[in-house]
Amino acid sequence: MNGDLRDLHQEILDLGTQGMVMNMGPQHPSTHGVLRLILTLDGEEVMACEPVIGYLHRGLEKMAERRPYRHFLPFTDRLDYVCSLANNLACAQAIERLAGIEVPDRAQWIRVALMELNRIASHLLFLGTFGTDLGATTMLLYAFREREEALALLEAITGARLTYNWIRVGGLPDDMPENWDKGVLAFCDLLESRVGEYDRLLTDNPIFRRRTEGVGVIPAEDAIAYGLTGPTLRASGVEYDVRRWAPYEKYAEIDFDVVVLRDGDTFARYLARRLELEQSVRILRQVFDRMPEGPIASKVGKVLKAPPGIAFSQVESPRGELSFTMVSDGSPNPQRVHIRAPSFANLTVLADLVVGNKVADVVAILGSIDIVLGEVDR
Amino acid sequence: MGEVNPDLQSRVVKFPGGGVLVAGIDEIFNWARSNSMWSLTFGLSCCAIEMMATAASHYDLDRFGILFRATPRQADVMIVAGWVSVKMAPFIRRLYDQMPDPKHVLAMGGCACAGGPYRDSETIVKGVGEIVPVDVFVYGCPPRPENLIHGLILLQERIREESILGVRKREPITVQG
Ligand code: SF4
Repeated sequence: MNGDLRDLHQEILDLGTQGMVMNMGPQHPSTHGVLRLILTLDGEEVMACEPVIGYLHRGLEKMAERRPYRHFLPFTDRLDYVCSLANNLACAQAIERLAGIEVPDRAQWIRVALMELNRIASHLLFLGTFGTDLGATTMLLYAFREREEALALLEAITGARLTYNWIRVGGLPDDMPENWDKGVLAFCDLLESRVGEYDRLLTDNPIFRRRTEGVGVIPAEDAIAYGLTGPTLRASGVEYDVRRWAPYEKYAEIDFDVVVLRDGDTFARYLARRLELEQSVRILRQVFDRMPEGPIASKVGKVLKAPPGIAFSQVESPRGELSFTMVSDGSPNPQRVHIRAPSFANLTVLADLVVGNKVADVVAILGSIDIVLGEVDR
Repeated sequence: MGEVNPDLQSRVVKFPGGGVLVAGIDEIFNWARSNSMWSLTFGLSCCAIEMMATAASHYDLDRFGILFRATPRQADVMIVAGWVSVKMAPFIRRLYDQMPDPKHVLAMGGCACAGGPYRDSETIVKGVGEIVPVDVFVYGCPPRPENLIHGLILLQERIREESILGVRKREPITVQG
């Protein structure tokens, strides 16, 4: 298909005519952030796509080098701002490994609970915005109804709605508030009773399915070659989840299914996230069954200095594999920080994926990859 | 029609065809404008997520007549939600220039107000006020939806004081985070 189109493109060029160049973004209602796509069109069909990024660039990795280790943690909130806690955790883990700091059990369990609650909030945001991208604006209202409940719980423990900054090097700054676990379990029940509504609105919606099924198929080999991770990869039939393959915190002791789908199309990418909601609920229930008593942070000195060396951490964020690499030269500041942002790797597939599709499908495909520009640009 | 109050002479607008509409026109226009502030769908970063949350079911900006429009030509208010990079700045200015008058700008969050946590980054503009005139600064990182709504209500009040003839007041309002 793509080959034929390129031939056609060549024919048009030979005729002395040219395709239409259309600019999508950086201000566009359905790009998830300020992404610019330069599309070359033949009528409705996309012949070439060139993504332009960097509209949110602020030089975070460089800024990290100018700050003591712990001072960088609040900045990680603003990487992937839809799931701040995963970024906090990845950064804190890298520092902990660099400096050889142990984290108490209770803190690890609470961290797992925070991760999953944040994952639910992030996936709900995806469901809402993805529905809106395809014209199903009602979904936004339904998804945000539950998302507000999740945010209220996160706010009860961290004090913030979006930029939590609640993971510290060596543990957590404070314990769970009273009855927080009951609140989370009640929210789990509520969410389970509501996912049926999402299915009626989107999953079983014939218009939604016709817009998404068979559109933008990523075969498994391509998905691996592009370095995709997260639900985007698992929707193509590759079973790779950091929580299972390189368990961190207490994930090794938790029983959950990795959602893997076969089709690799836009619908499968949507469904993978929708099904992960239920797995997160399952994890949350286990966490509170097994929460031990004990301290929530280990002692860390006022000035945190790490011995010279290099440390690496991996976290499964709602968008995929997020990892931090930190290099220490023994001073209070890291010598070099590298962030592997899942959205950045996932975005690389877009340019080739949209070729041959209609313009309207570009929006659907882009939405289904679920990128956050804050972490693409860093 | 009665006689025209001399105080209101300056506000009389002549319509083609000879009809005269007396006084109250500011009130009518301001009533309409302040209750239908259509906002540009334009999110930059984290604060945009809170802007979406404010517009969605729980906080429901529709109550105030604030709808999000996808094109600057239909927008009255631009909510700048997020940090403004040097690369993005010309686009923001162009969007602002494309909006029809009367137009207003609300800077949401520490980043849009003054550069926020990225003040020492060389790629970040230290506040959107350097590119476009700002009417309301809403601080916070991100501001709570209540704060954003507060800022928008203050902007509505300001619009109610405007005149279609006079020059608009331009000292910005500040809402603390
Ligand atoms: S003010 Fe804070 S939340 Fe808002 S865009 Fe800036 S960093 Fe993000």
